[in-house]
Amino acid sequence: MKRLMNRHPGSIGRVFLTLLPFLLVVLAYAIASDIRLSENPSDKLLPSLTSIGSAVERMAFEPSKRSGDYLLWVDTLASLQRLAWGVGISALLGLVVGIANGVIPYVRANLSPFVTALSLIPPMAILPILFIVFGLGELSKVVLIVVGTAPFIIRDLQSRVLEIPSEQLIKAQTLGASTWQVILRVVLPQILPRLLDAVRLSLGASWLFLIAAEAIAATDGLGYRIFLVRRYLAMDVILPYVAWITLLAFIMDYALRKVSIKLYPWFHGLSKQGTAA
Amino acid sequence: MSFIEAKALWKEYGDNTVLERVSVSVEEGEFITIVGASGCGKTTFLKMLLGIETPSRGELLLNGRPLPDEPDSDRGIVFQKYSVFPHLTTLENVLIAKEFPKAGLTGRLFGKRRKAALAEATEALQAVGLEHALDKFPAELSGGMQQRLAIAQSLINQPKILLLDEPFGALDPGIRADMHQLTLELWRKTGITVFMITHDLTEGFYLGTRLWVFDKVRDDPHSPDAYGATITYDIPVGECDHRTLQKLEGSLGGDKENTEQRQQDEQVTTV
Repeated sequence: MKRLMNRHPGSIGRVFLTLLPFLLVVLAYAIASDIRLSENPSDKLLPSLTSIGSAVERMAFEPSKRSGDYLLWVDTLASLQRLAWGVGISALLGLVVGIANGVIPYVRANLSPFVTALSLIPPMAILPILFIVFGLGELSKVVLIVVGTAPFIIRDLQSRVLEIPSEQLIKAQTLGASTWQVILRVVLPQILPRLLDAVRLSLGASWLFLIAAEAIAATDGLGYRIFLVRRYLAMDVILPYVAWITLLAFIMDYALRKVSIKLYPWFHGLSKQGTAA
Repeated sequence: MSFIEAKALWKEYGDNTVLERVSVSVEEGEFITIVGASGCGKTTFLKMLLGIETPSRGELLLNGRPLPDEPDSDRGIVFQKYSVFPHLTTLENVLIAKEFPKAGLTGRLFGKRRKAALAEATEALQAVGLEHALDKFPAELSGGMQQRLAIAQSLINQPKILLLDEPFGALDPGIRADMHQLTLELWRKTGITVFMITHDLTEGFYLGTRLWVFDKVRDDPHSPDAYGATITYDIPVGECDHRTLQKLEGSLGGDKENTEQRQQDEQVTTV
């Protein structure tokens, strides 16, 4: 018999093992909810799966009685827009400042300690400042995401640039490259897949800051809705919203990984055709 | 006036003297192999030739002028590893060398100029036997193929000097013999001046026209960094015989084991 560490599940076994913990959680919830509801039918803490289902239907597929909007989609669109702006600006800042810091010693001496200091400011501590300065609209929420994630991405990309073997940078110079050409043709293409990695890692934090900002001041958005219905102990809305946010985050992470494999096969040890090298 | 001339060259890092009183001159087209114990300044000397280190004292001249203190397209280099760009295919790795000097802000060539550059790059890769791997990433190539690529890349812009920093150190003996053949062939064809660092003394004897040994002349056991190394042997390789080889092995502090290992390597190489 092979050692445990050398045994691998087959493809069907793998799917089963992947789904098992999710199924167990749902099952455990259903049982616990059943027990509570049999003792007190008006219990709000663990609503039954059917009442969660009808809440989802109400939020996603019926127009709201008050505004006529399909609330889940309105909230999702509002949140995703804020997230896209915040993450997009962070990624762009990270790319520009990270590469400049990594490649040009004068910029690094100038900016690197400053970025480190910025990254140590707890973003939530300056949220009131953002609301005061940028108002309660979209801008302050986007700025919170940028403040929260850009310094991390900048620092990460700076160290990724510094990890590029100096041999490559010297080699490019011996082939006649200018500083700009080294950045454009040697550093940038090697940093882009690492940027996607950094964005994937910062997505969790981006969602955190988004929901925090929406919870405090917003009129729509996934975070806003969760904190709004909390007043009525509407667990039947909160739980599917949380699951929906998790699913969205998972899809983004998955999509970014697929994009990275598609665009930068060399980074994943694949050949140009995408087969294992 | 010599092509390259070192005049009383010193290199120090604080109290640590790496090189001292290196005075030597080199003519165009020579193939110089450099051997020496680890940490004896071979690589430092190569870095000065490359322009990423500057002499602490003395002068290093190219055609009578101080060498530029940053790398440029006059001096090609092949390192032991990391010499090629991992995100570009074999063909793109050579193409980029044609693009850098000619293309401006975009760093790329287009249209007719790109076609011409591609043809030239393909030809250069044929010369090193990589025509069947044009579309592969470096990670898909063996160590020997990567070094062939690195050499093709370094030579395509016709630099005056080629610097090789233990380029074949990580290769199998059989592959290494092939690479020696290729290097000699390209050197004869281009007439370029070559400096090659090697750990392998027999390689140093076999290749090239001139062998340098870097070693410390003075040594203070209480302060090993006080004195630097210099060129202790400067031999036209044609005149080497077996006794010289043995004498050099001794001077390199070559312990017996090392010598035997080298002789074994040599046998393998000649088989």
